[in-house]
Amino acid sequence: MCFLEIDKGVLPMQILQIFWERRELFATCLLEHVRISLTAVLCAGILGILMGTLISRHKRAASIVLGIVNVIYTVPSISLLGFLIPFTGIGNRTAIIALTVYGLLPIVRNTYTGLTNVDASILEVAEGLGSDAGQMMFRIRFPMALPVIISGFRNMVVMIIAMGGIASFIGAGGLGVAIYRGITTYNMTLTAAGSILIALLALFSDRLLSLAEKAANRRYGIE
Amino acid sequence: MSKVIEIRDCTASYGENEVLHRVSLTVERGELVVIIGPSGCGKTTLLKMMNGIVRPTEGEVRVNGEQLSECDLVAVRRHIGYAVQGAKLFPHMTVRDNICYVPSLEQRRPKEEKQKLSEKMLELVQLPTNLADRFPRQLSGGQQQRVGIARAMAADADILLMDEPFGAVDEITRRGLQDELLSLQRKTGITIVFITHDIEEALRLGSRILIMKEGVIWQEGTGERLLESPRDAFVRKLMRR
Repeated sequence: MCFLEIDKGVLPMQILQIFWERRELFATCLLEHVRISLTAVLCAGILGILMGTLISRHKRAASIVLGIVNVIYTVPSISLLGFLIPFTGIGNRTAIIALTVYGLLPIVRNTYTGLTNVDASILEVAEGLGSDAGQMMFRIRFPMALPVIISGFRNMVVMIIAMGGIASFIGAGGLGVAIYRGITTYNMTLTAAGSILIALLALFSDRLLSLAEKAANRRYGIE
Repeated sequence: MSKVIEIRDCTASYGENEVLHRVSLTVERGELVVIIGPSGCGKTTLLKMMNGIVRPTEGEVRVNGEQLSECDLVAVRRHIGYAVQGAKLFPHMTVRDNICYVPSLEQRRPKEEKQKLSEKMLELVQLPTNLADRFPRQLSGGQQQRVGIARAMAADADILLMDEPFGAVDEITRRGLQDELLSLQRKTGITIVFITHDIEEALRLGSRILIMKEGVIWQEGTGERLLESPRDAFVRKLMRR
């Protein structure tokens, strides 16, 4: 059936048409997608930066934590969702947890790399000039690591938004609902329209963050 | 004269490797002590002991009478200027914020105060005051070095520790910086410990010169004395210009 549909007309036109016809569905899904992704981004962001910061001070803990986060990352996303169902049931909550766990890798790794790669001789001077532990972290290490941390954050945001598309397989909302419905009803246009919206959302968020990155770079004198 | 820095019988090791062996040294107020020696002789380690970056494995270090192992290191360091080779400015801060770094550690400073302080310090190291808003990478090596010295001195420090601060700048700039350092010291009466590997620089600057070799102070004295009566061939060779 879907093949027939394509033959009937030009796909882009059909997609535009379906956006209009089902605007309420798409609006709800988009909003839900933003809500789920944003929650996961906040959770993964806070947790990831915290974890990255903590392990930057303990070399041994770092290799363990990075190892675990790496392994989680290699678990196929769909099965990660499946694993969680017995513990947290189905729905948005499980989706947010899975997205958070999945989004940890880029942010933990970049926070860790950024903080540990700060020039040691600069740290020594900062220490010698009388910075206490907090000042070392917030005035020297963190701002110097910021570009690397932000790039990890951008990575994470795009990944979470994209992966949010399959959250509907475990009963969560979001644009995955449109995609899933398209697949089960052989409505290729609906599936394509949902996918395009996810891609646009990811691109838009990335664009927004690149502006934030530029502002941060200006503030810290990086061109 | 009062003792500003006292190092008593200090030994320092990195793991198995002993870098300093039972070194004793007293620096009086207003002195400009130059430490010279081949690489690996322990001169940087000795300097880093004076602001507690390196802790002696044996012996004790006192700064202004306070024993470093027993006092608040952070507070003591804020009154000790520290400048190193290549300046090592904070790349994410403007020249102004670099210069005002130490004063701002005690408490946040209002913008006008920072403006005034950075202008004063820039003039002291003979840099144009309009550099204050630039970032370190926009400056030349010599300019960065001067800012590094301004940063070290902005804290109203009464001690200045300098680890080959002029190592990375060209000959002409280096001369200028040396002259400025000398006039600065005459003006402020600050105590300076200065490391170099350049004997010309040592003779020009030092009111006292320490020659180090293999973790001990091999010979010390004024430049003339070292030139007249070197202890052995090592010193003679080192003193040859």
